[in-house]
Amino acid sequence: MSAAAAMPRASQATRASSTGPLAHLDADRMQSLAEEFDAIRDEVLADRGARDRRYILRVIRTQRALALGSRLVMFASCAFHPWLGLAWASFPAFLSLLGLGTIGLAVAKILENMEISHNVMHGQWDWMGDPEIRSDTWEWDLVCPSSQWRHSHNVMHHMWTNVMGKDRDVGFGMVRVTERQVWSPFYAIQPLSFLLLMTFFEWFIAIHDVQLANVLSGKRSRAEAMPLVREVGRKAGRQVLKDYVLWPLLAGPFFLWILGANFVANVLRNVWTFIIIFCGHFPAGVHHFGKNAVARESRGHWYARQMLGSCNIDGSPLFHVMSGNLSHQIEHHLFPDLPSNRYGEIAPRVREIAARYELDYNTASLGRQFGTTVGKILRFSLPGPFSRRPGEARRHAALQLRQRSARRAQDRR
Amino acid sequence: MNIAESASGKPPRADDGARSGLARTTPRPTLGARLGGAADLLAWPLRVSHYLELVNPLWSTHTTWARVVDVRDETADARTIVLRPGRGFALHRAGQFVPVTVTIDGRRHVRTYSISSAPERAPRRGCIAITVKRVAGGRVSEHVVRELRPGAYVALGAPQGDFVLPAAARPRLLMLTAGSGITPVRAMLQSLAARGVLDDVVHVHWAPRVAEAIFADELRALAATHPGYRLQILTTRAGDGAAGGAPHFSAAVLEQHCPDWLARDAFACGPRALLAAATVHWADSGAAPRLRIERFEPALAPLAGEAGGRVCFRRSGVEVDSGAAQPLLLAAEAAGLHPAHGCRMGICHTCTVTLRSGRVRDLRDGRITGEPGARVQICVSAAAGACEVEL
Repeated sequence: MSAAAAMPRASQATRASSTGPLAHLDADRMQSLAEEFDAIRDEVLADRGARDRRYILRVIRTQRALALGSRLVMFASCAFHPWLGLAWASFPAFLSLLGLGTIGLAVAKILENMEISHNVMHGQWDWMGDPEIRSDTWEWDLVCPSSQWRHSHNVMHHMWTNVMGKDRDVGFGMVRVTERQVWSPFYAIQPLSFLLLMTFFEWFIAIHDVQLANVLSGKRSRAEAMPLVREVGRKAGRQVLKDYVLWPLLAGPFFLWILGANFVANVLRNVWTFIIIFCGHFPAGVHHFGKNAVARESRGHWYARQMLGSCNIDGSPLFHVMSGNLSHQIEHHLFPDLPSNRYGEIAPRVREIAARYELDYNTASLGRQFGTTVGKILRFSLPGPFSRRPGEARRHAALQLRQRSARRAQDRR
Repeated sequence: MNIAESASGKPPRADDGARSGLARTTPRPTLGARLGGAADLLAWPLRVSHYLELVNPLWSTHTTWARVVDVRDETADARTIVLRPGRGFALHRAGQFVPVTVTIDGRRHVRTYSISSAPERAPRRGCIAITVKRVAGGRVSEHVVRELRPGAYVALGAPQGDFVLPAAARPRLLMLTAGSGITPVRAMLQSLAARGVLDDVVHVHWAPRVAEAIFADELRALAATHPGYRLQILTTRAGDGAAGGAPHFSAAVLEQHCPDWLARDAFACGPRALLAAATVHWADSGAAPRLRIERFEPALAPLAGEAGGRVCFRRSGVEVDSGAAQPLLLAAEAAGLHPAHGCRMGICHTCTVTLRSGRVRDLRDGRITGEPGARVQICVSAAAGACEVEL
């Protein structure tokens, strides 16, 4: 496909489809693929009803009860702190209770961010007509303002999944996850930036839509970025006030302990969501696409690209809920606005279609998916193509360099 | 009872109503409100109310819930639902209606129903009642009349509407009601009786048959104990041993039952035909201001086949003609508006707006949406007849 990028515009589409991972599907097959996926979608849309509403309400109630309960357990743990000198006081009891509360809060935040908010903001539950559970007014327990995330995620990422230069979630601008990203010295430290991104994931998501790199390089004006920055500031302020000031203040002398516990809960949530999300589009075997390969793509082509650009994780029903059903990343990318509780149900059918159309259905254990992702992070921290056909990647890199310098020259003019 | 939005001039959204109601009654935050606001910071991005709701929905303030405490059949197809509203429900005035949200098949539906009980005579302490007649083919009325059981919860908006009694201490009134149009008037009569001023009211009520006359026994009892309340129930169809065949509203009928109608404040509630005839009659007599009407049938925009229609973008104050195949988003952009949007193919929901009236067609499956308050994706929806969207 990289060769196709160098071809004149008129022949791009045909060249792209004659060499890419979708080359074996002609227009008719693409059409019937689209019809099969549309049929699944229509079927689920028509079937949505009381049981789906019961499901999301149950998750929401569980999450709220868990969040409040966990914070109360944290406070209860303070009664076991030796400072108070009560008869039952002991450090092990104090720490285990505090730890329990911390893990409970982390789980509540994970449920809130992933299975509830992410899916609500996709409009998966808009069909209920519930003013309290609506994609355009939902705000989540994360420093990133939901309005900005909806843009960068629903529009840029879901429309242009794994399309180089379009999908800003490819490596999140921090790490190199494919040979299609031109290496720069910045990527040499990516094993470190990977850990940093993992630990403080919510903060990186918060500034994602601001496009800091583009602002610094002057590609995006400050005037355009400032309102977004202010919005992030307001949202982050509220989050910090809640987790690091008000709740700790309620604990009086145990201020620092509660603050620490809330911090750990936030980090645990960051690490877990990071692991799940990085397993969505970066494990071994996932496909990336050139900008030109998707010009004028058909509905069938769009479906196939979503499938090839996404990876599933095998696991138990509880695991799927805890991953916000992003463990069914393929089904989610094919049908981003179907209720998340339905992804597991349609997965066997999607897999069967994939087999018939000879499309990769990338699914494996969490260990394999995250392991190969980490492997890529390490491998791509070093320069160099990673292609079975040497020369192709080099030509691609050279092309990207040429395009970049041409853009710079244009900017200077 | 469904009340056309145009009649009330207010959107039938439960939350809007509750919010505006709160704003009207509490112009300056009280100490309690301030403390509540501070506590809400702990619950951010939710509110304390969301956690109270877990324990008891009636404690919630972000949504005003009401618990069904009793159901009573009035006729074969009309039922009174007694509701215990939660915190934050404003006291209503007799004759007002309230937006009620029910959940059917996972979907929430809002309908406005007249409150059939008077605030002075609550069916139970702190409760209100609505009386709903099942409409053939009406999903919501069917659900309310047949499915709602004690223990179920519905969401309420703020009571609203100006179909209320005049401020005069001893008003001279004429009530014209037909079918379930009796419900707001029943609340008014109860209110008058409770205050001891039910002493000059003429009431003409039309029902198909005696057995179908909602509150018939209660009204007769009221007439028996209050000589100033003159009730006339006219049955238009034969049955129950009654002859039926009574004429619908006309000038002659009015003269027969209430010769001094021009000297009275008149209230009319019922089907379109009654309201139209009464409106014309009062207007012709130059007495239009003395007649108040309450609609309970929504004014549906007629479907213009595959012809598209006139689209009103309410917030922007722009009206354009739009084809049956043209997405509203394109129509808005052609009119110089810049609605929020994303993918333009129906997957990201960035462009979703509220439908106010009329109907739109989902271009993807041809499905028609015509419920006021519905959320529509304008990038894949086209006008199906005249429509209004919140944009």
